[in-house]
Amino acid sequence: MHEVEIAVAIAVATLRAATPLMLAGFGELITERSGVLNLGVEGMMLMGASVGFIGTVATGSPILGLLLAMLAGAALALVFGVLTLSLMANQVATGLALTIFGVGFSALVGVNWVGTPLQGLSTDIWPSLSTAPPMVQQLMLLDPLVWVAVLLPFVVQWFIYRTRAGMILRAVGESSDVAHALGYSVLRIRYFAVLFGGAMSGLAGAYLSLAYSPMWSENMVAGRGWIALALVVFSTWKPLWLALGSLLFGFVTIAQFQAEGLGLALSPHLLAMLPYIATIVVLVLISRDATRLKLNAPAALGRPFHATA
Amino acid sequence: MRLSLEARERPARIMTWASPLLAAVGSVIGVSILFAALGRPPLTALYVLFVAPLETLDGLAELALKATPLLLCAIGIAIGCRAEVWNIGAEGQFTVGAICGGGVALALGGGGAWWLLPLMILAGIAGGMAWAGIAAFLKTRFNAHEILTTLMLTYISIQLLGYLVHGPWQDPDGHSFPQTKQFEDDALLPMLIEGTRLHVGALFALAAVPFGSILLGRTMMGFRIRTVGAAPAAARYAGFSRNGVVWFCLLLSGGMAGLAGICEVAGPDGQLTPVISPGYGFAAIIVAFLGRLNPVGILFSSALMALLYLGGEGLQVSMQLPIAVTGTVQGMLLFFLLGADVLINYRVRLRPARAVAGVARHA
Repeated sequence: MHEVEIAVAIAVATLRAATPLMLAGFGELITERSGVLNLGVEGMMLMGASVGFIGTVATGSPILGLLLAMLAGAALALVFGVLTLSLMANQVATGLALTIFGVGFSALVGVNWVGTPLQGLSTDIWPSLSTAPPMVQQLMLLDPLVWVAVLLPFVVQWFIYRTRAGMILRAVGESSDVAHALGYSVLRIRYFAVLFGGAMSGLAGAYLSLAYSPMWSENMVAGRGWIALALVVFSTWKPLWLALGSLLFGFVTIAQFQAEGLGLALSPHLLAMLPYIATIVVLVLISRDATRLKLNAPAALGRPFHATA
Repeated sequence: MRLSLEARERPARIMTWASPLLAAVGSVIGVSILFAALGRPPLTALYVLFVAPLETLDGLAELALKATPLLLCAIGIAIGCRAEVWNIGAEGQFTVGAICGGGVALALGGGGAWWLLPLMILAGIAGGMAWAGIAAFLKTRFNAHEILTTLMLTYISIQLLGYLVHGPWQDPDGHSFPQTKQFEDDALLPMLIEGTRLHVGALFALAAVPFGSILLGRTMMGFRIRTVGAAPAAARYAGFSRNGVVWFCLLLSGGMAGLAGICEVAGPDGQLTPVISPGYGFAAIIVAFLGRLNPVGILFSSALMALLYLGGEGLQVSMQLPIAVTGTVQGMLLFFLLGADVLINYRVRLRPARAVAGVARHA
């Protein structure tokens, strides 16, 4: 019985840690499927984290806070879109600029809110919480965004492979010329994909500052945006693999608590390296097979598109 | 009528240099709006940001001091970018360089040996090279993308530094502050100008400019780097080894970032602390692009970026603005530059809306 409880606790902690990676990862997956590589996930998540936090404290409504965070992420993504889609700037450089800007601007916006206490997202969505068995209670205490993240892989899988819009998205990402010749507006579809990615990154950031550790501090995303990017590569742009990868990472992230549970007295600094080391290992494993990666990557990924008269 | 972009037959050379100026003008306007939004008089704030630091000798020395790590990191990054090798983990190589060189200083300092400083510098360079070498190995052997690996290695190096200064290397007499002992005098870089903090590391940075220019413009390796970046197919046909170029670029930029790291801790800092860089390694990416990936251009852009750091500190002191203003302005500058760069390859045309539809092509 004790082991089962520990297993449930680990599963719950894994899900919680995987949620921001899933939210941001699925946004980026859609963006990349349209043929656009946005390396600014980290910056957009940070904007979402600060704006979501401030919005929630200022308005008292977490829902409004989450919406504002998505808007903030999408606003930053719009800057990226204008530069890379309309002005055909280098996507790698622009993505990096987005992250550098996001790190600075989120800190600037949030400077007066560091240390402000916040209760966190309400988990009070289920009736009869107190009468349920303790293990079920743990699951029921998970915040709603975790459930959104759990559903997301299936929704995205269905959208990409089973809907008309998803097929057009893939066409634009595989061959923008053909999609253009067929009469689809490549730029408009890419703008939508980029904005969706930004909104999801913003949501992921807000999850961190509102639910995962309800507070705002500078640079609190701590590389999760980059890990989400690596996971999209790891998934070879397939939704269900992305979900699996995120869960795996959630598990590695909580290694700190597991180590404590096992009585290991390792420095927290060394344990904090684990997710980053794991990212490298995963990347190496997946990238070894260059052909497979190339076959699965959206063929137009990273290439600007310009329709000339 | 609507605006449309029309491809130029060949890139406009003049725009290559005009675009950073346009970006600077755009940024000044953007920053003024930002200051107004923060409730500060824009003109006064601009003065504090861009002019005040240049008014004293001390200010100029601090400018050179801050430009030193930026210049070293950015030239390495730029040489890589020429070959489409994206080393964005200079911050990590900087940190490991500081750890390795600082380790030598802590272990051997105080003996007064003449070889101590050279050894520290070599250790710093070697540390940076080794850290970037991991990414080069993973790229050439396993095809793992260097953007992600160099970045992950940065996070790891920062945790490593945190572990060392909180743990084995912590100063036992430091009232449990997370920092090492102060380096002995013989492990500190000599000063260039009495009474300021400017140290000989600035000379290394200055030397890196002709070094980078000659390497890129006058050597076979430079030719290979430029060919691999600009025309990968031609490079393959010529038999240039892509892997060789990846190794060279990453080791070179890692070594330069490592040198910057040891100069920083053996210069103004004089000890290892958990935070040894205000993001120099990341800002150097902006510096590299702003300087057109050209060592001479980078000399100017690193001075500009150093001015932003200094001015940002000035704003913090005199106008109570958070230091994060610096990062915001840096990011804005890069946005404007990337946007203005469209004018290098395209000209803007006004044309009737109807005539715009047409054939597609990849730019």
